[in-house]
Amino acid sequence: MSAIAFEDLSKNYGALKALDHINLEIQEGEFFGLLGPNGAGKTTLISILAGLCRPSSGRAKVMGHDVQLDFRAARRLLGIVPQELVFDPFFNVRETLEFQSGYFGIKNNSDWIDEIMHHLGLTDKADKNMRALSGGMKRRVLVAQALVHRPPVIVLDEPTAGVDVELRQSLWKFVSRLNQEGHTIVLTTHYLEEAEQLCGRIAMLKKGQIVALDTTANLLGRVKNKDARDGDLEDVFMQIMSEDSSS
Amino acid sequence: MIPQQSFTVASGFFALFYKEVKRFWRVSFQTVAAPVLTAILYLMIFGHVLEDHVKVYDAISYTAFLIPGLVMMSLLQNSFANTSSSIIQSKITGNLIFVLLAPLSHIEFFSAYVLAAMVRGLVVGLGVFLATCWFTSIHFEYPLWILIFALLSSGVLGALGLIGGIWAEKFDQLAAFQNFFIMPATMLSGVFYSIHTLPAVWQSISHFNPFFYMIDGFRFGFFGVSDVSPWFSVTVVGVFFMLVAAIALRMLASGYKLRH
Repeated sequence: MSAIAFEDLSKNYGALKALDHINLEIQEGEFFGLLGPNGAGKTTLISILAGLCRPSSGRAKVMGHDVQLDFRAARRLLGIVPQELVFDPFFNVRETLEFQSGYFGIKNNSDWIDEIMHHLGLTDKADKNMRALSGGMKRRVLVAQALVHRPPVIVLDEPTAGVDVELRQSLWKFVSRLNQEGHTIVLTTHYLEEAEQLCGRIAMLKKGQIVALDTTANLLGRVKNKDARDGDLEDVFMQIMSEDSSS
Repeated sequence: MIPQQSFTVASGFFALFYKEVKRFWRVSFQTVAAPVLTAILYLMIFGHVLEDHVKVYDAISYTAFLIPGLVMMSLLQNSFANTSSSIIQSKITGNLIFVLLAPLSHIEFFSAYVLAAMVRGLVVGLGVFLATCWFTSIHFEYPLWILIFALLSSGVLGALGLIGGIWAEKFDQLAAFQNFFIMPATMLSGVFYSIHTLPAVWQSISHFNPFFYMIDGFRFGFFGVSDVSPWFSVTVVGVFFMLVAAIALRMLASGYKLRH
């Protein structure tokens, strides 16, 4: 079964086609990268998956559950780390995680919340109000909130934007571990070296369409074959985006 | 590390309801104490100035007449404020996403927010009553009517607050909704007077204000007298609740201004 499936998915905002007939399947256990320039449609795609945005046509599924028709099951199986650094200023870290757990109908989840906080280095911040945390710590809480209901599919929408090297390293270590333990990870990022190191397969979006979809190794091979040198993902990305522009 | 995914059958409603109650309670100085103080000031000023000049019902002092009106006005305004301020703040700061990502139905969303608004309205109303009942002697002729109108009216304003919070895209728009609709409707609903003291044309206009029936019915529970029958009032308020609840539920189900 696919962890995530987009079937002929389109999203229009008036005349603007934010997503144009997307067909994509991400298998269980994959570490998948979703790349593209600003405005390519990455966040719209994730928003539809999360139920924050409704498709104009087509379907999105999480572990076989339609995100519109069977939204409860789909949302229980999905953890989203949003791009924006958002938080509720009324509560501390532990309360934030307990409420998030409660929204999913999970009670007595303290042991799991303690474990997540431990792995994300939040234990000593548990009783701190969200307003008192640094940007990096707030980002960690966002990751913790996405994991609090134990979802098998985790989507990280530019999780390392504007965070320091230490957090990036610890976050990737943690997420890689989740992937090794069987979780499906979908990552969008502008840091292409991160995608190159972490993702087994990558899709590149431009103007709402998938312009490349392959394993990371095969994508890197495109540049290597062409220029007879070891290219990196940035070279591939630039090449694919320019090819598409010129076509 | 993450244990086997297990589905739970519990509803997220309870957590959302509890969070909304905890949110206003955490700033209770602003959300509870301040409206109680405002009501006391109203009572001291209007009660003192008008006590010997206005007689609305025989055998009922003006101060006694005023207290249920002030209780209900505070209850209405704070029920509205709870949902509307919570939603607009969450929308503008972006943290509403945490509720929208959860497997909550539009009915659970509506119930949690409106019930929390009712709790705040009732707490403030009770606070106003306890702070003002020392000024005169107050009786409860029909306590059940008091309870029915308090519950129903706080539900109406909680649902209206939800509509206002979802509709407004900035604080300015919500303030307009509050200052140009909620505030005049509550102030002109008979808090400070009986509509029988108004000119005929204003009496007729008052009958189109659903807030008038909330206060009139609520006051009937205290004194056993009212401008219109409590049965008629409860019907009007009940129908109004169903109307605003239907609008709010429709907005939530369609994702109006929440899910694009």
